[in-house]
Amino acid sequence: MNHRGGYSADTRIRWPEWLPWLVALAAFFLLPEYLSLGARILIYILYALSLDLILGYAGIITLGHSAYFGFGAYVAGVLAAKAGVTDPLVQLVAAAAGGALLGITTGAIILRTRGLTLLMLTLAITSVCLEIANKATALTGGADGLSGVVVAPILGLFKFDLYGKTAYLYCLAMLFVGWALVRRIIYSPFGASLTGLRENSIRMHAIGAPVYWRLVLVYTLSATIAGAAGALLTQTNQFVGLNVLGFEAGGELLVMLILGGVGRVYGAFVGPLVYLLAQDQLAKQFPAYWYFGIGVLLVLVVMFARGGILGIADQALAKLRSKA
Amino acid sequence: MQSFLASIVSVAFHGAAFGMILYVISVGLSITMGLMGFANLAHGVFAMAGGYVLTTAISRFGVPFPLALVCAFAAVALGSVVLERLLYSRLYTAGDLEQVLFTIGLIFIAVAVARFVYGTLQKPVMLPPYLKGQFALLGRDFPAYRVFIIAFSAVMIVALWFGIERTRWGAMVRAAVDNRAMAQSVGIDTRRLFTLTFALGSGLAGLGGALGADIIAIQPTYPFENLVYFLIVVAVGGLGSLRGPFAAALLIGVADTACKYWLPQFGAFFIYLATIGILLWRPAGLFGRRS
Repeated sequence: MNHRGGYSADTRIRWPEWLPWLVALAAFFLLPEYLSLGARILIYILYALSLDLILGYAGIITLGHSAYFGFGAYVAGVLAAKAGVTDPLVQLVAAAAGGALLGITTGAIILRTRGLTLLMLTLAITSVCLEIANKATALTGGADGLSGVVVAPILGLFKFDLYGKTAYLYCLAMLFVGWALVRRIIYSPFGASLTGLRENSIRMHAIGAPVYWRLVLVYTLSATIAGAAGALLTQTNQFVGLNVLGFEAGGELLVMLILGGVGRVYGAFVGPLVYLLAQDQLAKQFPAYWYFGIGVLLVLVVMFARGGILGIADQALAKLRSKA
Repeated sequence: MQSFLASIVSVAFHGAAFGMILYVISVGLSITMGLMGFANLAHGVFAMAGGYVLTTAISRFGVPFPLALVCAFAAVALGSVVLERLLYSRLYTAGDLEQVLFTIGLIFIAVAVARFVYGTLQKPVMLPPYLKGQFALLGRDFPAYRVFIIAFSAVMIVALWFGIERTRWGAMVRAAVDNRAMAQSVGIDTRRLFTLTFALGSGLAGLGGALGADIIAIQPTYPFENLVYFLIVVAVGGLGSLRGPFAAALLIGVADTACKYWLPQFGAFFIYLATIGILLWRPAGLFGRRS
């Protein structure tokens, strides 16, 4: 199940890849009281997928991916609450376009640098966005958040209900689209060149690959998906708060992805699922222990299990097979 | 006009005090990043620890203020040696991502421990009477504690620069920053050098956190909230340099104070914008050698 990409890879969808969707549909029927948490998990999976594309495949280390997610969330929120645009699909497209625009402008600027400077610039960009959202109170509501988000029925047919049924299925559908897109990118020649960039960008230069433009393109694609995920969060919560932006938000996403496993598509499925479920169960009762646990877990993952949960599963499977 | 002049003097003075604190905290980060190429995002943890050591020593054990500062330096330096030997040293050869994640993990742990032990409220500093009140200089009154911060930091900085530029140990550090493999091959024990330098840098961060507890509030979210400032100082100043971060820290201290004084509606907006601009203009920082 390692999605390394490349020409030689078998691009057909194998049966385990249908499992997440079966689980998600089963959860819809079996756990109706958890649908709002479920929608949140689906949104963060989409968001983590977008990070996996640039971090896991292209090897761009960023602390500021929350800038695009938060920007998308605020674009959708401002459209819905201030501009009177209530159609959810219009909001979604606008947020994705906003994420793309911010992604291409910032990406074109910062991707000329690398290492610590790049890390610092991504951090500065999400900090600027946070500062703008905090201070432009007339538009964003500032620290109080933006409420009064109005979302009309999807296609004029499906109303967002109190139990979150519509929201869940809507997020699931959007995640499916996002997953198909990310999977398509990874298995394309473009995706293979991204893996090349991650492994050795100097050699990619040497064989004549347009390194900078590839990076800008994948960064923009990733920002587009993150912006769309942000809009989904706004629509399901009917609220946007400052906590979608900034370093802590970006760091939390990074933790989720690392926990699941980087550069393997389904790490982005497992990580947010485990993280958000654990957070839902533990964080409210024991906030101090929660952060402590996350910190220890992160240190342990880095020290002993760099592949995350799926990496551990891979090793366990390999051991079982060698014994059999 | 008179009042405008007064506010300029006041902004420059408070900005200088803030900048000095930023420098004392961040200089260790600059050296360790330059020396070991380690992306240590958890540097703020050491500064926070210094602040907590100071307030605990004073309020719980009645330690006099100067001695409490020494305690903050020593305790944080010692603690950092343990961390360095046990954890950091295993990741010197790892990639940037692992180092970033590991240090973010440390931040999470430190935030949780601080919240558990000290609660979420910020810890006030009990200043000794001789550091309270005003200090008259050239017909103006300045808060005595800020004057003390500037003077004390200046002495520390001179001592540090002397240590790096004029002593044998400093020469070894500079050699290892410039070319680690060559330094090793001429017989410098870089492993020990790393540990010592890391301890010194962390101890200075602890001292800076303790000294600046009145300016940068000591609370559990400290390492998260101030990380951007410390990183900006290092990135704008240039890795591995002593003077670069000094200029950057003063620049940021004064600019940040000025923005918050005259344009509070923009917050830290201009600082971040300026950082982006400077890093795009000179990716290795204002005084960085590598580009």
